Amino acid sequence: MKRYFLRRLIQMVVVLIGISIISFLIMHLAPGDPVDIMAERNATPEQKAHIRELYGLNEPLPVQYFNWVGRVLKGDLGTSFVTGRPVLEMILERLPATLILNFWAMIVIYLIAIPVGMISALKQYSWFDHVVTTVAFFGRALPQFWFALMLIYFVGLRFSGVQISGMSTWGVEWGVQPFFTVLQDRFSHMILPLIVLAFSGMAGIARYMRASMLDVVHQDYVRTARAKGLPEKKVVIGHAFRNALLPIVTLIGFELPILFSGAVIIETIFSWPGIGLLAVNAISQQDYMIVMAFNLLGATMTVIGMFLADILYVVVDPRIKLD
Amino acid sequence: MAQQTATMNEIRADETYLQMVWRRFKKHKLALISLMFIILIGVIAILAPLISPYGYDQIDRENIMSGPSSEHILGTDRIGRDMFTRLVWGARISLSVGLVAALVSVTVGTLIGAVAGFFGGVIDDILMRFTEMVMSFPVIFLLLTIVTLVERSVFNVMLVIGLTSWTGLARMVRGQFLALRESDYVEAARALGAKNSRIVIRHMLLNCMAPIIVSATLQVGTAILAESSLSFLGLGITSPPSWGTILNSGRYYMRYAPWITILPGLLIFGTVLAFNYIGDGLRDALDPYLKR
Repeated sequence: MKRYFLRRLIQMVVVLIGISIISFLIMHLAPGDPVDIMAERNATPEQKAHIRELYGLNEPLPVQYFNWVGRVLKGDLGTSFVTGRPVLEMILERLPATLILNFWAMIVIYLIAIPVGMISALKQYSWFDHVVTTVAFFGRALPQFWFALMLIYFVGLRFSGVQISGMSTWGVEWGVQPFFTVLQDRFSHMILPLIVLAFSGMAGIARYMRASMLDVVHQDYVRTARAKGLPEKKVVIGHAFRNALLPIVTLIGFELPILFSGAVIIETIFSWPGIGLLAVNAISQQDYMIVMAFNLLGATMTVIGMFLADILYVVVDPRIKLD
Repeated sequence: MAQQTATMNEIRADETYLQMVWRRFKKHKLALISLMFIILIGVIAILAPLISPYGYDQIDRENIMSGPSSEHILGTDRIGRDMFTRLVWGARISLSVGLVAALVSVTVGTLIGAVAGFFGGVIDDILMRFTEMVMSFPVIFLLLTIVTLVERSVFNVMLVIGLTSWTGLARMVRGQFLALRESDYVEAARALGAKNSRIVIRHMLLNCMAPIIVSATLQVGTAILAESSLSFLGLGITSPPSWGTILNSGRYYMRYAPWITILPGLLIFGTVLAFNYIGDGLRDALDPYLKR
């Protein structure tokens, strides 16, 4: 266990270094000289050279890379070309909106997908199972943005209680208006993006749960439990379900990056003021500092998430033996 | 049911492998319908210049955002271009992006997976760490970033989508190769003095062909979706239009001309679904050991 942990840890560090190099190189390939953006329009060549020296842009590439990594490790992700504000500050400001949306999406996904997957497995090849499998198949082919637009057209534009843009009505705030007015306002904004995210996330988890449950119900100890004469309910809940949940727990590791980057397109469509919207705007404005920060953070979260998933997998299931 | 299973797994002496695959594929009704649908879309895409009644950028000033009529059977878009024509051209672009991107992705994925799995050791370590690096970046974001760095042409979009989506296949092929390397018949081939190249192609690659073909089919759908997302965010292919581009051009006019958004979306959805069903059918048909 200890050796496995160490080996995975070393692998993770190697991958993280690689990611930082790729990010740095992409940033370096970005068109346009950053000096032109930082300097005033009528700056003299001397002034430009001064800026170049000031920011270390005339150093050899490896030196620039190490300087950059040093700054990143201290939490300095650079300054936005467009707003002139620290990138980290801009991201942290937008993070809560994204986290709230994805948090609720995750709750809805797991609350529905786990029982659905379980019933699907217990009643394998029943009409319920067929419907679930077909819907999951359709979900995989459905363009997320189109689904969102169709919801806007068929629901959002027809029902006044449903909002299609933003996260709250201006002026409606906690503590100012009555509790339920604010709650209703927030809910009316979140419902459509939530449906889209939940629907596209559910298919995978339900299929996974189904497979995991099928795996478990055919095992000897479940048959033994039945043979002992335990009521079916106890066999399913107490014996099968608990073990079928184990692989699902490890999926939490994979949710980490999704929390961060899962809603890029959805935020754009519903003007949800999260980091996805910030990122897409940064791309269209060619604000590469933000773009790079987003890539770097997203990739880092994925690596940490995969690491956690692997470790959790071994921790929650003592049957797994490592070489 | 029992009889069906028997015919499914029956080995007939008088048929070739391909004949067997086709016989089994036909059993999957949805896959068969999907195949016909894709062939239809494919023919339309190839014949686009012949069957489109107007030019894809031709503007009809009299009919701006008009609904379906005898002149424009699927209506016109916000500057009066014929929707039917644009959708036909969209099929050409979306389908070719899907096919070429899938080809790129499968080639790179198979190559990296095969090399890593065949040689193992340090080479495997390096290639797999590299694969993990690439797959760590959020796909949509990596796509958006690279597309802003290169010149935006149909070819570049194909290449970028292909080069960001090979990681899953590479890992799978590597796993298969690692397992096959230890198998008895590869050992036998080696003992008989077969060259490395013959072992790799004849004994290992051919044995992975089934999952590679299935993955390639699914990849076409994924690539079409990726292209449409890019175009939807305004960073894809503009002219001739892809389905995603047409969809994007209608999104602010949904209230007045919903068909501009609904039709291309339906086509993307249907085409991707069809490729997924074909992949599903192929998975069942290609594997001679599979029991149903």
